[in-house]
Amino acid sequence: MRRALPIFVVLAGLLVAIAIVNPYFLEPPAFLAFVKRAAPLVILAAGQYFVIVSGEFDLSVGSLVTAEVVIAARLIDGSAEATWPVLALMIAFGLIVGLVNGIVTTLLRVPSFITTLGMLLILSGAVFLWTGGSPRGALSEQFRQLGRGSLGPVPWSVLILAAVAAAAVCAMRAGFGHTLVAAGDNDRAAALSGVRVARVRTVAFMISGLSAAVAAILLGGFAGVSAQVGKGLEFQAITAVVLGGVALGGGRGSVAAAMAGAFTLEALFTLLNLYGISGALEPAVQGVIIIAAVALGAVRFPRARAAAAS
Amino acid sequence: MLRMTGIGKSFLGVRVLGGVDLEVSAGEVHAVVGENGAGKSTLMKILAGVHAPDEGTIEIDGRSVTFGHPVEAQRAGVAIIYQELTLLPERTVAENVFLGREPVRRGMVDRAAMESATGELLKSLGEESFGPRDLVRRLSVARQQVVEIAKALSLNARIVVMDEPTAPLADHEVELLYTLVRRLTARGIAVLYVSHRLREIFDLADRITVLKDGARVTTAEASSLDTAALVRLMVGRELDSYYPPRAAGPPGEVILSVRGGGNTRLHGIDLDLRAGEIVGVAGLQGSGRTELAKALFGAEPFTTGEMTPRRPRSVREGIAAGIGLVTEDRKAEGILPNQRVRDNALLVARATGAPRNGIERLLERVRLSPPRPAQEIRLLSGGNQQKVVLAKWMSVAPRVLLFDEPTRGVDVGAKAAIHDLMRELARDGMAVLMISSELPELIGMSDRIVVLREGRVAGELPAGSSEEAVMRLAAAS
Repeated sequence: MRRALPIFVVLAGLLVAIAIVNPYFLEPPAFLAFVKRAAPLVILAAGQYFVIVSGEFDLSVGSLVTAEVVIAARLIDGSAEATWPVLALMIAFGLIVGLVNGIVTTLLRVPSFITTLGMLLILSGAVFLWTGGSPRGALSEQFRQLGRGSLGPVPWSVLILAAVAAAAVCAMRAGFGHTLVAAGDNDRAAALSGVRVARVRTVAFMISGLSAAVAAILLGGFAGVSAQVGKGLEFQAITAVVLGGVALGGGRGSVAAAMAGAFTLEALFTLLNLYGISGALEPAVQGVIIIAAVALGAVRFPRARAAAAS
Repeated sequence: MLRMTGIGKSFLGVRVLGGVDLEVSAGEVHAVVGENGAGKSTLMKILAGVHAPDEGTIEIDGRSVTFGHPVEAQRAGVAIIYQELTLLPERTVAENVFLGREPVRRGMVDRAAMESATGELLKSLGEESFGPRDLVRRLSVARQQVVEIAKALSLNARIVVMDEPTAPLADHEVELLYTLVRRLTARGIAVLYVSHRLREIFDLADRITVLKDGARVTTAEASSLDTAALVRLMVGRELDSYYPPRAAGPPGEVILSVRGGGNTRLHGIDLDLRAGEIVGVAGLQGSGRTELAKALFGAEPFTTGEMTPRRPRSVREGIAAGIGLVTEDRKAEGILPNQRVRDNALLVARATGAPRNGIERLLERVRLSPPRPAQEIRLLSGGNQQKVVLAKWMSVAPRVLLFDEPTRGVDVGAKAAIHDLMRELARDGMAVLMISSELPELIGMSDRIVVLREGRVAGELPAGSSEEAVMRLAAAS
């Protein structure tokens, strides 16, 4: 938690900065709207965290989100009855994509960077082929409620986010979380202590796939159907996780900080937007953040190590 | 030739060196000894320009020098040969020797000049088993050290620092290193020799500087000290009973038994481990000691032979059968460096879903001091890290515990504590197997000694056998 603290300070600072420009921001409706907008990215960041802390990457989540939304629109095609079965199918599809990523990475020993980059291309190519560029079909009203609607004053997506966050924190506190971090920190030592490294890493990829499915459900409702809905989300999620102080290469950082990183990224975009800075700058800002965050982590680390070695 | 005066250094507010003086003359082998954390490595890194001292001066040949960067130290004639070699494995010997300052002729690297100069250097070091064009990857660690030294000479080094140079060497290679050191001193080069192995220090050193807790205890002629006196200086107390007493009664029932165990590295292994007994395993490097431990544990399983309990085919089966392994390479295979002491100590229990004991009791049991479960393990000394590794296994109460070089890189005080713990575990009914390339330790600890040679059991010796008897079995052809 000590290491995770800076990101919470940064997040609080950004929220205050937004509130100064827009005094209504911290009032419940506006703030809930902000959380609702951030929810898909926060969920993706939580999923990405599991993969990164185990020492791998998942670049496939962005195109997985797109594929999920496009498939759902085509299968539901506006029909209310189809909604629930298709939701179940989306979850299953996310898990299966994660399973394939995991098995290819751990058993076939293809570096996850390549595995998931390949999966990104396969999924986006398949979506393109299937839709010919413009998705067909439509989501049902029930489906869209999850991303748009609310239960009383609280949006459904905020409730779903809360459930995901609680589940993620619990998973990391359980034995599974500890063995996952162990695999990311030193996989040889972990394996020689009885950790099933391949299995926990595969489960991490499945969690990431699951998080992409959930994010797709929220985004489909919130933003509607398009072939661009998930574009760039994998990099946003990785940026968020790194911003949360989670070490690339695994073994360090908390899931709460990763999610705070996603909120921070979203808050930063909101602030830029408030100042009228073009949304086109977002990728550039993100690029600066990811380099700076990794560089900061790299600078801190050897110093601490030098002190330890002496 | 070299004079360091009043050297002090702090890291993150923790003082690791204070007021250390060191004088070295040309052609001298000067040993620097001390427990882990005494400040040896820091002092050497200051000399090599890796760290800048907070206070104190360095003079070489009477001229005051300051090093802002290792390259400046190199230019001033200081070369450091680290425990972990820094050569590029996919380059040739000559390319490594001249790395970054290749001779150039008409804008091209002059390979011929580079190779002939390297050849000369190797010849002057009496090295004929390889040449300047060989790939470094193909050389043994001992030969790679020769390359490092050739590189130092090509830089006109006058002070060569060797940090635990024999740690990666097989026993028979140590003799080669001795020869090399003597060749260097014959040329008037001063050698600063950092090592844990006291015997080497007495074999080589002219003078010995003892560091303790970041300060110099003394500098003395090697001939004026003996092992006991040196240990006393290092730890500040007498360690006359180096090893805990052996088991009093006869050993208990057989807990683990192998007949005809074999795999690609081991052949026809017969071995019984009994409750209450410490069995030592001796052998030269490459004789299959580590492979034996990993086979018994299930990490690199036996593919043939009978074993009770059932031959483990994986680490998890080994753990389920009540077997634990304290690995040789603590950093690469033993610890999770970025995790807390608590998470390291509970790893096996968590991985196997075993019920866990309280972490405090566990750390108390292995006498970790101070027992801070929330501290990151990489900040601990080697000895304390090893105690945490031990706690990791004790959390699942194995019936057989295999120790592979349990006290390597561990300071003298923690070493005694680990020895006591091993004996205590045996007394409580565990079967203990211990691999060590330090023969005095092996003989001091073991109730019997199994000697391996080329993947086979060469023979078995009773407690208290002589080093000579062990070596004879291990090296016989």
